Amino acid sequence: MIILDVNGKMHTLDVSPDTPLLYVLRNDLGLNGPKFGCGLGQCGACTVLMDGTAVLSCLMPVARAAGHKIVTLEGLGSPGKPHPLQRAFIKEQAAQCGYCSNGMIMKSKELLDHSPDPTEEEIRNALASNLCRCGTHNNIIRAVRRAAREMKPRELKPRDMKPGELKR
Amino acid sequence: MTGPLLTRRQFGKSLAGIVVAFTLAPELAWPAESGLPGSLGAAPLLDAWLRIDPDGKVTIFTGKVEIGQGALTALAQIAAEELDVSLVAIHMVSGHTGLTPNEGYTSGSRSIEESGTAIRFACAEARQLLLGQASARLGLPLAGLKTAAGTVTAAGGRKLSYGQIAQGGLFHREATARVTPKPAAGHKIVGTSVPRLDIPAKVTGDASYVQDLRLPGMAFGRIVRPPGPGFRLQTVDVEAARRLPGVLAVVRDGSFLGVVAQREEQAVRAREALLQSAKWSEIADLPEADRIHAWLKAQPGEVALVSEKSSATAAPVVRRLEATFSKRYTAHASLGPSCAVARMKDGKLRVWSHSQGVYPLRDSLAAVLKLDPKNVVVSHVEGAGCYGHNGADDVALDAALLARAVPGRPVQVQWMRDDEFAWEPLGSAMVMQLSAGLAADGSVVEWRHELWSNVHSSRPGRAGGANLLAAWHLAAPSAPAQGLSGGEDRNAVPLYDFPNQKVIRHLIKEMPLRTSALRTLGAYGNVFALESFLDELAIAAGADPVEYRLRYIKDPRARAVIEMAAVKSGWKPGFRSDGLHGRGFGFARYKNQACYVACVADVMVDRQTGRVRVTRVVAAADAGQIINPKGLEMQIEGGIIQSASWTLMEAVSFDRARVTSRDWDSYPILTFPEVPKVEVHLIDRPDEQPLGSGEASSGPAAAAIANAVSNALGRRVRHLPLDPGWIKDAIGKP
Ligand code: FES
Ligand code: FES
Repeated sequence: MIILDVNGKMHTLDVSPDTPLLYVLRNDLGLNGPKFGCGLGQCGACTVLMDGTAVLSCLMPVARAAGHKIVTLEGLGSPGKPHPLQRAFIKEQAAQCGYCSNGMIMKSKELLDHSPDPTEEEIRNALASNLCRCGTHNNIIRAVRRAAREMKPRELKPRDMKPGELKR
Repeated sequence: MTGPLLTRRQFGKSLAGIVVAFTLAPELAWPAESGLPGSLGAAPLLDAWLRIDPDGKVTIFTGKVEIGQGALTALAQIAAEELDVSLVAIHMVSGHTGLTPNEGYTSGSRSIEESGTAIRFACAEARQLLLGQASARLGLPLAGLKTAAGTVTAAGGRKLSYGQIAQGGLFHREATARVTPKPAAGHKIVGTSVPRLDIPAKVTGDASYVQDLRLPGMAFGRIVRPPGPGFRLQTVDVEAARRLPGVLAVVRDGSFLGVVAQREEQAVRAREALLQSAKWSEIADLPEADRIHAWLKAQPGEVALVSEKSSATAAPVVRRLEATFSKRYTAHASLGPSCAVARMKDGKLRVWSHSQGVYPLRDSLAAVLKLDPKNVVVSHVEGAGCYGHNGADDVALDAALLARAVPGRPVQVQWMRDDEFAWEPLGSAMVMQLSAGLAADGSVVEWRHELWSNVHSSRPGRAGGANLLAAWHLAAPSAPAQGLSGGEDRNAVPLYDFPNQKVIRHLIKEMPLRTSALRTLGAYGNVFALESFLDELAIAAGADPVEYRLRYIKDPRARAVIEMAAVKSGWKPGFRSDGLHGRGFGFARYKNQACYVACVADVMVDRQTGRVRVTRVVAAADAGQIINPKGLEMQIEGGIIQSASWTLMEAVSFDRARVTSRDWDSYPILTFPEVPKVEVHLIDRPDEQPLGSGEASSGPAAAAIANAVSNALGRRVRHLPLDPGWIKDAIGKP
């Protein structure tokens, strides 16, 4: 039996310990956020957070995730109550097919947790191993910058502000 | 019991001897026999397109599907606009062989032109019917009635909701298309950047994709493909695989091999075991990858004159130039490998697929599985962006073949990454040989474009065979149906008005690797060649490339797009490169009849490594009436970034027996740090037809990048991709 802490809930699972975490999240827990893109650690579509660090769930045996806090896209927010990053992705229309969105958002969450006001270059570098085939990159960068602004309104530097932005 | 596997020779044979005389571009041959606009011709009943429930919910049926291009949002906007209902009242049903009109394929950037036009006319007429019905019921003249928010209101304040009126088969009648849709000036929803309806679910992890479908009792399947196209399965230890944990069935039929398991990882493991034990016979007869262009030119092709024009009064030619351009095989490389769910129950097959054409897929599945098409239902559920004919249809047959082995249980099959790279149909390699004669003032008086290519469309649903991968591998195989010609010369005919011009195509039917529709079909290669060569001629004539293009174009819309791209990018005639930075221009009107796009690209060349970085692309686009500006901008921008990736780095590698691009390391694409900044400027023409835009920017972007690279190097690179090999080669030349 493997006990898994996902999105704040504990789950007891009877699966082989070498099962990739991705399949457990998708098929046992019914989560759709993490996606199978390559199964090879090359695309980022399967990204989840483990104790706040972005990891590739396609490569992670489920046994190694036990005892850690796993957060998936669903753990950030819902359509009715989106996380600021999700809200920013909607606002900036930062998805075409959207298959990469999970990885983009989860990786950006890790970035913003460490670096609340990243430059464009920092965002590009943080997302360097997350592939998008639709060419949505620039909208994704804008979404991450928007989320950064909205998550840290009081720490805004003047250069990032538009008139009236702090008055909410 | 090994069945014959189709080798490229057999491919060639099955295609040989067919005289192709299509005048239509591929996939354009959709019927409009009744003379009704758009797809109404194919499905003239109004209730084929819309339904209004008593509670006021409006359902719009479309045969076109969402492939990440925002089509369903744009179509919903059109419906809401004509009906006078709010966007949230609209529910879209798309791509379902039991429910929606048959609109063929969602391809060729025609969703708005075809489905949008049908929905616009159907909804305009429906609104008129609602008004008529309300007038009768209220006993009031039509003139005093107004519609808004799904309600008919009379001058005195009496109201009837659409839900109250639209009953009793009100829309069960043939469309007349005599009700004129609203003029653009009155539009409130069309023309605005309504947010995409599908994005909130996608960014929060709500079920959005066929990969997210979880049906009761669903099992998981995986396929074990041959190593390459010339391989046949000799032996495999099926029994050992059957004993593996969770395995429900191993299906072997000729060289088709697959496994169904209780759990997904069990199917993956069983696939690995089968791969280990499988022994294949090998035919290694693919052409050498590095000589693919010479190979194409050496094949006996079907030669056709695509277009010819001559003028007796043209100025004499004083100078001739010629150049040969090429592109390699390219992959769709969808981020998510293809996936489908199938269930076989009591002789009836149900399939969920991200195919671009559910009806043609249904017919092909029925033919291969020997079922009556009436007993096959295929419905569309989104997959990852496909950009053309990827593995979507093939995996649907895979799932159906596996589902037969576990009757009653739905089976989900997702290809592994290497399945997708090794077996998806590719964008064809091409050779474009161009020559021109210049007059004394440097202007073009003669133009010739000759091209060699495999077919660019071999989707399922065509008569005379089955274009589904597994069908060729079965013990009793189906031959592939002939591909559809015409895509290879897409945009080969210049939009420029050259006095003498000739375009010739060589369609090479023998396919070493399977090819089919990849975004733009042949237009990407042709526009790259045409616009590169025109740039060469401008330089030879000592002219500015923008001015040189405008010399040959009268169409004011084309001129406006070219001029806007030049102005917005700060184009300056006579720009001299420092040897590191380059700037280039590219223009095309997709298919010579859809959206106009001009691009200016800025590049930086690292002369040591030979690597090119595209730093910025400025584009101008005219897609006629704009339905959704943000959506249009994303289509143009997405096409540019994808094209930058194709142009700088993409080529499918293969050896004499197999595709060797099998993952993202062996088929790298552009990544975040390399993605250019993109600016898109739109020209709205509210009173013109909306024009397809999804494929419009790929060619112009490639040309602009190639011209920028040549500008930086002072030398021309004519072969795609513009990778370090070619760049260093160009730098090294004296
Ligand atoms: S699916 Fe895990 S990195 Fe691609
Ligand atoms: S939006 Fe399709 S892969 Fe990124």
